Amino acid sequence: MMRTPFYDIHKSLGAKIVNFNGWEMPLQYSGIVDEHINVRTNVGLFDVSHMGRFEIRGPQSLLCLQEIITNDLEKITNQQAIYSPICYEDGGIVDDVIVYRLAADRFVVVVNASNRQKDFDWISNHSKSAQVEDISDETALLAVQGPRACDLLEKLVKIELQSVRPFHLVNVNLGGIECMLSRTGYTGEDGFEIFFDSSRIEIWDKLMQYTELFGVKPAGLGARDTLRLEAGLMLYGNDMDENTTPLEVPLKWTISFDKKQEFIGKKALVNSHPSRKLVGFEVLEKRIARQGNKVFVSGMEVGFVTSGNFSPTIKRSIGLCFVPVNVLPDQSVEIKIGEKKYKAKLSSTRFYKHR
Amino acid sequence: MLAAKKRIVLELKFTKQHEWLKVKEEMERGAIIGISDFAQEQLGDIVSIELPKSGGIFRQGQTIAIIDSVKASSDIYAPVSGEIIEVNEDLIEKPELINQSPYDSGWIAKIKPSNLEEFENLLTKEEYDRYIGEIN
Repeated sequence: MMRTPFYDIHKSLGAKIVNFNGWEMPLQYSGIVDEHINVRTNVGLFDVSHMGRFEIRGPQSLLCLQEIITNDLEKITNQQAIYSPICYEDGGIVDDVIVYRLAADRFVVVVNASNRQKDFDWISNHSKSAQVEDISDETALLAVQGPRACDLLEKLVKIELQSVRPFHLVNVNLGGIECMLSRTGYTGEDGFEIFFDSSRIEIWDKLMQYTELFGVKPAGLGARDTLRLEAGLMLYGNDMDENTTPLEVPLKWTISFDKKQEFIGKKALVNSHPSRKLVGFEVLEKRIARQGNKVFVSGMEVGFVTSGNFSPTIKRSIGLCFVPVNVLPDQSVEIKIGEKKYKAKLSSTRFYKHR
Repeated sequence: MLAAKKRIVLELKFTKQHEWLKVKEEMERGAIIGISDFAQEQLGDIVSIELPKSGGIFRQGQTIAIIDSVKASSDIYAPVSGEIIEVNEDLIEKPELINQSPYDSGWIAKIKPSNLEEFENLLTKEEYDRYIGEIN
């Protein structure tokens, strides 16, 4: 089992630890709903050091990444980041990642914890002469998320951060620790992700010292999952995988068909005609639908749930499911949970939008 | 013999599926069913419950209720066979009562047991504590 540098801190805080893809990670501290609401109202601190981080360097690095990812790195300049799927030749998704452009010839790719080895192999095998290095162990990653995240960090780094735009990066000194801040996250809330040297675990206490002032509390993987689901953010392994193309899920905006370089999977995606689509749903009865539950229209099985849970913000049973492309956006459906079918309604994938 | 039987059923009893059963007065008024503190702790925040209907007849081990938490859905089994004579309607609007008070206001249903011998399959508090010590 693998552990992040913050494992002992999680244990000392009484976190419930679970095995997440081979990582001993905090599922919850005070409780999923409590942590969820604190992120929506104040600010939550997440250890996301289990995610993979690779550095791609050299004159070929831009070209190499342009062929690997479907989105277009020309859309961003230095000190910016971009979200993108990585596809196989057949259009199936290898992973969804964020690429950080530190310089014209230096990038960091952050990948899902579950895909670390697979992604490292994939990127290395398509790297041409660019250098690919796994920097996951020497760096750590924390996410500070919530409406008061910016105020909390400003207090600590002593510079103005409000003007840092989403998906932009800034290098800061946080109480003596050199950090890279990125205005990104996976909660649908404003916030930052913090990259730093993995030996500097005292950063946790620095971020937690203003509990009274900003209401900062640690948040675990449980709240991370309910927060991302409310915001309509997909999870690799649930809502997409190697048998899903970005055109079947709401990721068409990340496919840059007209960029100069031909990316892996482009041919397949150009010629694909998706027969299914990922949409949101709300269960109209008091049950929670879960991954794998079947979806029915007029008694006919038409799809399945990829993610489902209770939304602590809107206090409803929500989720994402695949249905045929011709199903209406607000179609009444039934979802089979256990032995019974329950009434549900299809919806947008976004159940919550901040501010 | 009868006195011995009465003593057994008056204690709080448990199942390995983490339900508890408690007879408050005479058996005819029913036994109260709930889930243990260990169970609610494992489930985390409970967000909904599907309750049985009053009058429903269940065999020992059959599903009588389904609890949804932010972590999982969980079937609740009848600790003994019998007829459901009352359900805790407060749980429909406040399922979190099970988290807050699993042995009291978070009770789930009242069952009129049809076979007292089944009580012998149930665990005492000590046996149950030892059991969760082993599985935890």
